[in-house]
Amino acid sequence: MAEEFVLSIFRGDAEGGEEVEYHVPRIEGMVVLDAVHHVQAHDAQDLAVRWNCKAAHCGSCSAEINGMPKLMCKTRLDEYQGETVHIQPMRTFPIIKDLVTDVSWNYEVAKKIPAFNPGVAAPFHMQQWDVDRIQEFHHCIECFLCQDVCHVLRDHHEQDEYYGPRFMVKMAEFEMHPMDRADRIPQIKNEGGIGLCNVTKCCTTVCPQHIHITDNAIIPLKERVADRYYDPIRNFFRKLGGKDENAKQETPT
Amino acid sequence: MNIETMETHSFDVLVLGSGGAGLRAAVEAASEGGVSVAVIGKSLLGKAHTVMAEGGAAASIGNLDAPDSWQTHFYDTMKSGHYINNYRTVEVFAKEAPSRVLELEQWGAVFDRTPEGLIMQRAFGGHSFRRLAHIGDRTGMELLRTLQYKAISMDIKVFQEVTVTRLLMDGSRIAGAMGYYRSDGHFVLFKAKAIVLATGGWGKLYKVTSNSWESTGDGAAMAYRIGADLKDMEMVQFHPTGMVWPPGVAGLLVTEGVRGEGGLLYNSEKERFMVRYDPERQELSTRDVVARSIFKEVQAGRGTPHGGAWLDISHKKADFIKQKLPGMYEQFLTLGDIDITKQPFEVAPTCHYQMGGVQAQAETCATTIPGLFAAGEVACGLHGANRLGGNSLADILVFGRRAGIAARDYAGALKSDVTIDESVVEAEVARVLEPFNRPDGENPYAIHEELQAVMSAHAAIVRSEDDLKVGLGKVLALQERGRRMGTSGSRVYNPGWHAVFDVENMLMLSELIIRGALERKESRGGHWRSDFPDELPEMGKWNFVHQYSADGDRVQRVPVPEMPPVLAEICARPVAPGRESAAGTSQVPPRKG
Repeated sequence: MAEEFVLSIFRGDAEGGEEVEYHVPRIEGMVVLDAVHHVQAHDAQDLAVRWNCKAAHCGSCSAEINGMPKLMCKTRLDEYQGETVHIQPMRTFPIIKDLVTDVSWNYEVAKKIPAFNPGVAAPFHMQQWDVDRIQEFHHCIECFLCQDVCHVLRDHHEQDEYYGPRFMVKMAEFEMHPMDRADRIPQIKNEGGIGLCNVTKCCTTVCPQHIHITDNAIIPLKERVADRYYDPIRNFFRKLGGKDENAKQETPT
Repeated sequence: MNIETMETHSFDVLVLGSGGAGLRAAVEAASEGGVSVAVIGKSLLGKAHTVMAEGGAAASIGNLDAPDSWQTHFYDTMKSGHYINNYRTVEVFAKEAPSRVLELEQWGAVFDRTPEGLIMQRAFGGHSFRRLAHIGDRTGMELLRTLQYKAISMDIKVFQEVTVTRLLMDGSRIAGAMGYYRSDGHFVLFKAKAIVLATGGWGKLYKVTSNSWESTGDGAAMAYRIGADLKDMEMVQFHPTGMVWPPGVAGLLVTEGVRGEGGLLYNSEKERFMVRYDPERQELSTRDVVARSIFKEVQAGRGTPHGGAWLDISHKKADFIKQKLPGMYEQFLTLGDIDITKQPFEVAPTCHYQMGGVQAQAETCATTIPGLFAAGEVACGLHGANRLGGNSLADILVFGRRAGIAARDYAGALKSDVTIDESVVEAEVARVLEPFNRPDGENPYAIHEELQAVMSAHAAIVRSEDDLKVGLGKVLALQERGRRMGTSGSRVYNPGWHAVFDVENMLMLSELIIRGALERKESRGGHWRSDFPDELPEMGKWNFVHQYSADGDRVQRVPVPEMPPVLAEICARPVAPGRESAAGTSQVPPRKG
């Protein structure tokens, strides 16, 4: 086994930059973030990188490793035995410096999502199977790798039209909460732009928390939008009865 | 730099720290309107160390064990803290924790459920009943995310990735803070009538630690420098179960939830050694006892190949483990090539929490500086000599809220605006830029590494007078070298520059830990002295308080507040309230209904 790893890390800022090669001694079980820290401590004190927990709980150290969006703290270097490991910042967001990007757009989107709005006061009576499916969404660590890989945002730059997978998951989390009383469907369809997602599942593929973003969040939300806006039979009865059959039930099922 | 042109903001309440305590304080301060509130975080919003908390939030809701009560939670917390806690802080805490947890449910947190559809609670070390409200093994993340989305739905200004380097005074009261944006290094001045310090702990001064990079003690060090009293600094918690192997992940937390859900500890001779050290509570003994027991087993030559103990939960069903401990399952699989549903794994103590910190009043979280309040890990008073698992998540909720109320009231009562001395601001700008004048100065990363080695060798899980004195000498020498730390490059997102201030704070707090440890000539909770192996009643009457002076640290002993008879009576009971009937019969308390 090689005694060192070869890293090629992007150094630069909005003006441009290039990859610089670094050699890092091998320690058993080390992850990419360990190697980046070694470079910082020994070769390049000012190498910019975000990280917090180094335990895949915080979602700070997102980067593109040999072209794949990944968490540096969860990517073992021995997966790249004998290869040069290329580390690039997330491409969808404006670069600040080296591996650090400006992800503030995500926080702007987050503010547009109306808060959880329960109709009753806690303590809630909810069965585990009532909450199993939303608990999956609560695993999100906001690493924004799904936002990084989403072609609507990455290639078509439709940040003004689509909230992105992370915030579809967030909307699903509230929408599917048995106690939430807010009507979120119009926002999901209109400002949220769910129609722009064409279900390529790239977001699901890169999610380090293994959330089934497309299957469990986006597709069910698309179905609710379709029921509300595009189902002719439901529309007919809605007009006839003058009431909204999509309104949430008073008690959880 | 001219103060006139510096970016300046004014707020009634300024919260330093965007973890659970800080966000909870901000939410409360802003809840009634009419008060301007801002939160400053050193990282992005939602990344604070709170996300690392795994096991749960302790509150005597009694969903599983009806006999649980605030009195029992009080009894457990005082007992675990070896009675040097502030009793009033513990009383407020035990009484209010259930409401704070239910409030989170109201704001969108989705806890695991009981068969009756209520919040599930799990057993944890040192708790007499199943008490920890939890979401799998990622309770801290749920708590932080809930507070984060609650906060952004309110009128609260959030500053992300801003390092605060100094607290500012107006005469004897607090007046603001200054710092810089990490992204481009430009300075920012905050004027504030009241400040809530919620900056967390300083676990990064040990080599093997479960703490994230942010835990460098900035708030405690800054408060100390302007004259706030710090207390019980010698009380450092080593969590018994950190990952040991591979070395790349050494120290990473293995939640106490593994033992809470039935995990058992074995030494290399396949002996369940905790039965020997604590026959009553066994694996669910308090953290100080379990950590020390693992340490002793390794010392006695009964450690695992990489110097720890075996933790085994593979006797439980794989589905159960994956549901209750999904993070642990994934962590070991991806980082350690170990399937915990099939095999035992190695664990060893890792630095986890600081019981000591800025002295704060029970009701208001007020520090000794008017207008400065402290909540969460940075504050001191609740945990005494050893913190119970699950008490920190409840701590940040209870005292985050109380600090928010007190800061709001304090700011509201102030008639005049604060005035800040411009020369102090100018001097601070010069000080913060100085490392750039020393491109060949001491490397802050290297100083940090050496400091971690010193603290780990001389002031960690086992301590002695000789060792501590040697350690103190080394820390003082490092402080001297630390004055010459330098950096190169620009002010744009420059971690080498940022590290200078983190390391300065850690160098200062390391000294206080050692000085406190030298004063406490006994063993108590997390503080274990090999030369004074017993807990001494005489020492239990004192807390050690540190005060900054130009000539160096002044340590004073102050009496531990005396409990009123009604609380003393609870603590004096031979068994925990509510456990009288179960005493001596069964480990598992009776189920409700």
